Amino acid sequence: MGYTRRQALKAGGSLGLFSALVALGLVKPGDAWAQAWNKGVFETKSVADALKALGASAPTMTADVIVTAPDIAENGAMVNVAAVSKLPKTQQIAYLIEKNPNTVTAVFDIPPGTLPEVQTRVKMGQTSNVMVLVKADGKYYAAQKEVKVTVGGCGG
Amino acid sequence: MSMSRREFLHVLSAAAATGLPLGTALARPATAGAGFYEVPPFGQVHFLHFTDCHAQLMPLYFREPDMNIGVGAAAGRAPHLVGEHLLKAFGVKPGSLEAHAFTAIDFAEAARTYGQIGGFAHLATLVKRLRASRPGALLVDGGDTWQGSGLALWTRGQDMVDACKLLGVDVMAGHWEFTLGAERVQEIVEKDLKGHIDFVAQNIKTLDFGDPVFPPYSLREMNGVRVAVIGQAFPYTPIANPRYLMPEWTFGIQEESLQKTVDEVRGKGAQVVVLLSHNGMDVDLKLASRIRGLDAILGGHTHDAVPVPVLVANPGGRTLVTNAGSNGKFLGVLDFDVRNGHVADFRYRLLPVFSRLLPADPEMTAYIEKVRAPYGERLTEPLAVSESLLYRRGNFIGSFDQIILDALMEVRGAEIAFSPGFRWGTTILPGQTITREHVLEQTAITYPWTTLTEMTGETIKNILEDVCDNLFNPDPYYQQGGDMVRVGGLEYTCAPNEKMGRRIRSMRLKGKPIEADRKYKVAGWASVAEATRQTGGQPIWEVVEGWLKAKKTITPPRLNRPTIEGIAGNPGIGF
Repeated sequence: MGYTRRQALKAGGSLGLFSALVALGLVKPGDAWAQAWNKGVFETKSVADALKALGASAPTMTADVIVTAPDIAENGAMVNVAAVSKLPKTQQIAYLIEKNPNTVTAVFDIPPGTLPEVQTRVKMGQTSNVMVLVKADGKYYAAQKEVKVTVGGCGG
Repeated sequence: MSMSRREFLHVLSAAAATGLPLGTALARPATAGAGFYEVPPFGQVHFLHFTDCHAQLMPLYFREPDMNIGVGAAAGRAPHLVGEHLLKAFGVKPGSLEAHAFTAIDFAEAARTYGQIGGFAHLATLVKRLRASRPGALLVDGGDTWQGSGLALWTRGQDMVDACKLLGVDVMAGHWEFTLGAERVQEIVEKDLKGHIDFVAQNIKTLDFGDPVFPPYSLREMNGVRVAVIGQAFPYTPIANPRYLMPEWTFGIQEESLQKTVDEVRGKGAQVVVLLSHNGMDVDLKLASRIRGLDAILGGHTHDAVPVPVLVANPGGRTLVTNAGSNGKFLGVLDFDVRNGHVADFRYRLLPVFSRLLPADPEMTAYIEKVRAPYGERLTEPLAVSESLLYRRGNFIGSFDQIILDALMEVRGAEIAFSPGFRWGTTILPGQTITREHVLEQTAITYPWTTLTEMTGETIKNILEDVCDNLFNPDPYYQQGGDMVRVGGLEYTCAPNEKMGRRIRSMRLKGKPIEADRKYKVAGWASVAEATRQTGGQPIWEVVEGWLKAKKTITPPRLNRPTIEGIAGNPGIGF
């Protein structure tokens, strides 16, 4: 049986390892707050409004943005979603959940030289499209995938 | 790869020619077994495959469905063929042994003629015979092995773990296993299976970092050929079953991870690569069209007994997709001829395990007697006699489900009842005594509590739509492989070809339309919500057992089957 990272963290003491990462400069305290907070974006209630607030009224749908999300969510309260952008000069990656009360879940700014791959967990109350919006070289691109949220039970 | 269907049909007609039509004296002799199970070996790589035995150590009756509707691209194609449609599509002779094994036609009468099926002692004999003619063959188990009986529930799967070791299983995948709880599964894998059975799953990862929980594959040498068996657990385990039982694991189909795994084992020199899958056949057919480099998918979960494999084209070539039924009723035999590092040809048979035609293996018989001994009287206690055939399989309702629903409504004081659309659950012949063991064969799960809930008409509709979409979504990746929730009291119409939200219509209770805002008393069991551990009532088997004991004689239940709309002529309907 493989030795998982969870076990490694348990063995090492998770707090100690985190401190070590800080000491190595891999995680800087206060990193999360470094960027300006665009409050208006996170208050939008539809994909159209969200795109507008993000300054991307008509993004180009592309296969160069890869959305990885489950076909059916195991837990609507915590859906793992991942996005990879193959577009050169990717500057920003945002997650929009069409049917959520607040459309925009996360916006990641991608500094130059950073691998444009971001993973997060989103909360979903019902079956919805998950749209990933990418800003690259000043232009907007998008891709989406439907994630089904079901009451469960009754399998097999 | 040349299709072996012609040969299969030839073998079938040969078997039919040896007699065994219904009602003849030839149907009974034990000597009929010799020719029936003679399968000439072919090539040098051999897989013996069983799946979804649901802990059935003893011979039993199991009626195949008379309704298994396919929608979208799956309409009218395997596995969505039942009854005479199935016989016709696969050239099976009506009235033959195979016709009885693969369909529900004249079930009670045919079952009396041909006897019980399965049982590990009889399966063991067949495995030994096939292994003798196929040295090095791998015995692979698709999972749903440690759940489905009272004994497996009470021993927390130990009875089946030891039976499978004795049977000589080499590699296994899983689904219901996980409902014993993650800790118990890991305990079994580490203490019991190590060095005996490889428990493989490429699609179970830790929820935090996405690390693999089990080895993704087993790599073996067989008669000079390197062979890989990749494991695929049921992708929707934490949705269809309680997530709290495996809270730190995530599942899913995980195509990308599967493709990487196939590429990895090919890179390590595997010349034959198979996926031991618990996806369900519809999911496997779609997966086979998208993954490169799999020679076969040995499938389970949907309990489809499909006599001939489906060949699926994909960008890497072609992949065979099989499904090997359930309840120890069948053993799949897949032979590959490998030439110049590649599969050149194959043969496949799905052999029905007729208990009368295969003598019980003494070693396995002794083991089963020993493991049952402490529980024997408790299991075999008679509860009632059924006047009619009781079964579960079918898209919408089974007669044993109707018993469960009737008991639930009466005992819990509900006007409506829900019972899960599980595909396991054995069959009782007319006049047979129902024992505690039989009730547990329909109900033995680790979350058995019954519930009584007030639901609005709107909630009821939403639940029915949700479950119905898990069955009839035209995209197999959104299907979960169970049947429709069984419904008591409430009558409705179902249109499988419609979109979600528009399939469930004309909901009525005692002739009156269901009102969206009114509240109704609904009884149920097997809730996946963690709260029912505390708040849930009596386990379902106690409710059913009490009801059966009070009735003593069980008259034929009135089946509450919905009206089905818009699928006239679908060969997934056999009555």
